[in-house]
Amino acid sequence: MKFGIVVFPGSWSERDMHYAVSDVLGYQAEYIWHRETSINGFDAVLLPGGFSYGDHLRCGAIAAHSPVMGAIKDFANNGGFVFGSCNGFQILCESGLLPGALIRNDHLSFRCAPGTLRVETTATPFTSQYADGDVVAMPISHGEGNFQADDETLAMLEAEGRVIFRYVDDQNQATLEANPNGSLNNIAGITNEQGNVLGMMPHPERACEPLLGSSDGNPLWQSIAATVDAGKP
Amino acid sequence: MPPISQELLDEVALSRAEYEAIVDRLGREPNPLEIGLFGALWSEHCGYKHTKALLRTLPNTSDRLLVAPGAENAGVVDIGDGYAVAFKIESHNHPSAVEPYEGAATGIGGIVRDILAMGARPMALMNSLRFGPPTDDRQRYLLNGVVSGISGYGNCIGVPNVGGEIVFDDSYAGNPLVNAMCVGIIKDAKIMSASADAPGDLIILVGAKTGRDGIHGASGLASRTFEEQAELRSTVQVGNPFLEKVLIEACLEAIQLPGVVGMQDCGAAGITSAAVEMAERSELGINIDVAKVHRRETEMSPYEVMLSESQERMILAVKPGHESQLFDLFEKWDLDAEIIGTFKPGNQVVISESKEQISSTPVVTLTDAPEYQFNSPKPNWLTELQNADLSALPDLDITPSQALLTLLASPNIASKHTIWRQYDHQVQNNTVIAPGGDAALLRIQGTNRALAVTTDCNGRLVYLNPRVGAAIAVAEACRNLSCVGAEPVALTDGLNFGNPETPDIQYQLQEAVAGMSKAATAFNIPVVSGNASLYNESPDTAVQPTPIIGALGVLENVQNHATSAFKDEGDTIILIGSNTPWAEPETLAGSEVLSILHDTTAGNPSLDLELETKVQSLTRSLIQQGIAKSAHDISQGGLAVAIVESAIQGNIGATIQHHDPITNWLPNLFGEPQSRIILTCNSTDTDRILRTAKQTNTPATQVGAVGGDQIRINNLINLSLQTVADTWLNAFERAASG
Repeated sequence: MKFGIVVFPGSWSERDMHYAVSDVLGYQAEYIWHRETSINGFDAVLLPGGFSYGDHLRCGAIAAHSPVMGAIKDFANNGGFVFGSCNGFQILCESGLLPGALIRNDHLSFRCAPGTLRVETTATPFTSQYADGDVVAMPISHGEGNFQADDETLAMLEAEGRVIFRYVDDQNQATLEANPNGSLNNIAGITNEQGNVLGMMPHPERACEPLLGSSDGNPLWQSIAATVDAGKP
Repeated sequence: MPPISQELLDEVALSRAEYEAIVDRLGREPNPLEIGLFGALWSEHCGYKHTKALLRTLPNTSDRLLVAPGAENAGVVDIGDGYAVAFKIESHNHPSAVEPYEGAATGIGGIVRDILAMGARPMALMNSLRFGPPTDDRQRYLLNGVVSGISGYGNCIGVPNVGGEIVFDDSYAGNPLVNAMCVGIIKDAKIMSASADAPGDLIILVGAKTGRDGIHGASGLASRTFEEQAELRSTVQVGNPFLEKVLIEACLEAIQLPGVVGMQDCGAAGITSAAVEMAERSELGINIDVAKVHRRETEMSPYEVMLSESQERMILAVKPGHESQLFDLFEKWDLDAEIIGTFKPGNQVVISESKEQISSTPVVTLTDAPEYQFNSPKPNWLTELQNADLSALPDLDITPSQALLTLLASPNIASKHTIWRQYDHQVQNNTVIAPGGDAALLRIQGTNRALAVTTDCNGRLVYLNPRVGAAIAVAEACRNLSCVGAEPVALTDGLNFGNPETPDIQYQLQEAVAGMSKAATAFNIPVVSGNASLYNESPDTAVQPTPIIGALGVLENVQNHATSAFKDEGDTIILIGSNTPWAEPETLAGSEVLSILHDTTAGNPSLDLELETKVQSLTRSLIQQGIAKSAHDISQGGLAVAIVESAIQGNIGATIQHHDPITNWLPNLFGEPQSRIILTCNSTDTDRILRTAKQTNTPATQVGAVGGDQIRINNLINLSLQTVADTWLNAFERAASG
């Protein structure tokens, strides 16, 4: 199992992702520089959090047009697993690999806090190692995580079971209070139609050890690895 | 030649006597560029004119010390397992008063580059902030601007901001304090020096293009009092955190390249101080060609180029022949880089524009700023304040429960979580204790170790007794480290004082440094770096003397740490440091309760350093053995507030019941004695802890138990956890939202 972790100028979760998948879980991981135009030899590609290209214009807007994204689109279109969190999610939306948009948090401030998420489905390559209905702890850290989409897209995402993570309170209710940024339907993470691209605002790589408060992010990487292993002859 | 005008001298903040000393040393009148150079390098900010002599008296030795204080951009200490830590605190007070967002943002940027210059990866930030009351519109504007600046810049550069303190007092209303501390980590002792190796080494400037921003920042903003703030807005620099982030990564890669021998940040006084300080450290001369400096504005004069404080720039010293690999690296990161000069044999700083030489001055003439010594008497007003009788206060028409709720709602005590959550405090995956604890705790990846960091200073106590108050700042900072289980290993100090040309401020400075020195000696730890910000005054008043102490601690086994949160039903609550929980009237000196309920700041604080070190060492040992389940020191608001804070954080109640009667509830419950820590343990460990305390001659007493959903104190206070939590958690946001 080999993860490729993309590095844009201004990314800052790439080392944390490397730590979580490699140091904690023992998978292979390598960085991919944003100027690369082809990517080979990776089983999954991770887009990290941060402020790629300073998030000038809009969050993720410039990164979406960076040289490496062409290769990543091809990789995704050929069924490769692509995961983005935080700025990575924003880049996936900006590049059209995921629907919708992430706008300024409704309270207009950056928010770094523990997050409580419900795993809405385990029938994805990213969540197979969770149990159905699991409520997991993964922190958030963003200023623009407010997920918005038109009514039709939103209805489609819900109907097709493509909302993978939802912000809930400690009673497992998707309440207004549990929503840290104003996202529609408390959406924290979604997949594309084929189910091989996942974007989410919370940081699974920060939930990698009990010492740091949670290791609930680990099953996400383990799910990708299990899916990849299952697909190999 | 007509004598130099007072106006020009004022512009660079040089006195006439200083100007005459310059003429004397040069043997001629300085030209306009040179006046600018001297103004910057002889500024309080760069030259430490009023503090150099005092700072030499601070303890500066330790087995752990790898880079001595003052030798480089920051001191470096060995923390074991092949790791070293560089850390430093720095002020950005006047820029933040003028332009709070950019002032605070560039304060972060500057201290991060100081740490980067040591070859360290920045791994934590903290801020120590002081404002006037948040009920005032302008203070809220400053607070919100500063917090947004810290959040906007700090979150972008991928360095966790793990908190600090925010304190409000009238004295800061005209002159807020915005100090930032950065901690960086170095593996395998690969420490960089801000110096060249030999003549011929190249001076390479990398990063942002140079513009006209920040000119006279060091001399103008940092080195005099200012009344007409808006006029100085143009001397505040503008930050680009994206560029800073790229610069961090590029420089950390660059120092791995062969031939890169030295690194220095461009901070106050820009290229001038960076290059001249490098020349001094290298015992070499330098030639700089200002025409080579890449610029973002046209028609900049050599003066403007040399004194610009444009942010996000670093200078590297590179062996000739190795530059092309370095330029390739910077090209990869899309960074501009230019050779702007070379190191030369001798000791002259030669500045030219293309072929034309503009200035040639000996290095030492520029860097050897005058040193002012003073020994001012204790002011009479201070003796009067200290002698106030705190046992004879007028009666209050208020119950102890009401007093507690009032204190919990005080902006100085109420939870600041609504601020901390605007800072990314987790990036880099090391944060074990997040902002809001006694100290933040960050583990070192690949080891069992952790670093504890804190900043502390109670300016009221320093105001009432500069020597004891500053010693208390050191003691409290170390106490906060001990409360998470870490052993204090080094300090950094941010001296924030008023105008050092006045006797009362001189007295505060000399006494405070003496107090810091005494306390640091008692803890046997060095002060490895620091910063002096003087002239912090408004037309109304000087700020309270505020020597902010940043402290660094090491915890060898991160698994055995403590937090301030109460843990389990039935745990015993033990007070370490006293045989009775109830504080005496004199501990009301400078207390929050005296300020809030009696509108008074008076009394004479005291500190017993022998007791303090015993209390802390016992606490650390109990935490490291895994016996103490929580630890929290008594500070602002006294015992009652400390109990409530631990209860709210643990989401569980507590009952305090002690055989000693409460005779005077105001000081007994809310007095602020030093050297006291509240521990909890399994009830089965109670006797063991009390026995250990006795063996080490440390006073200790069982004061109650954790449990239930009420806060009860000896039948005097009985409040629901929900009531106190609602007040403590929400009061700050209510106050600060106007």
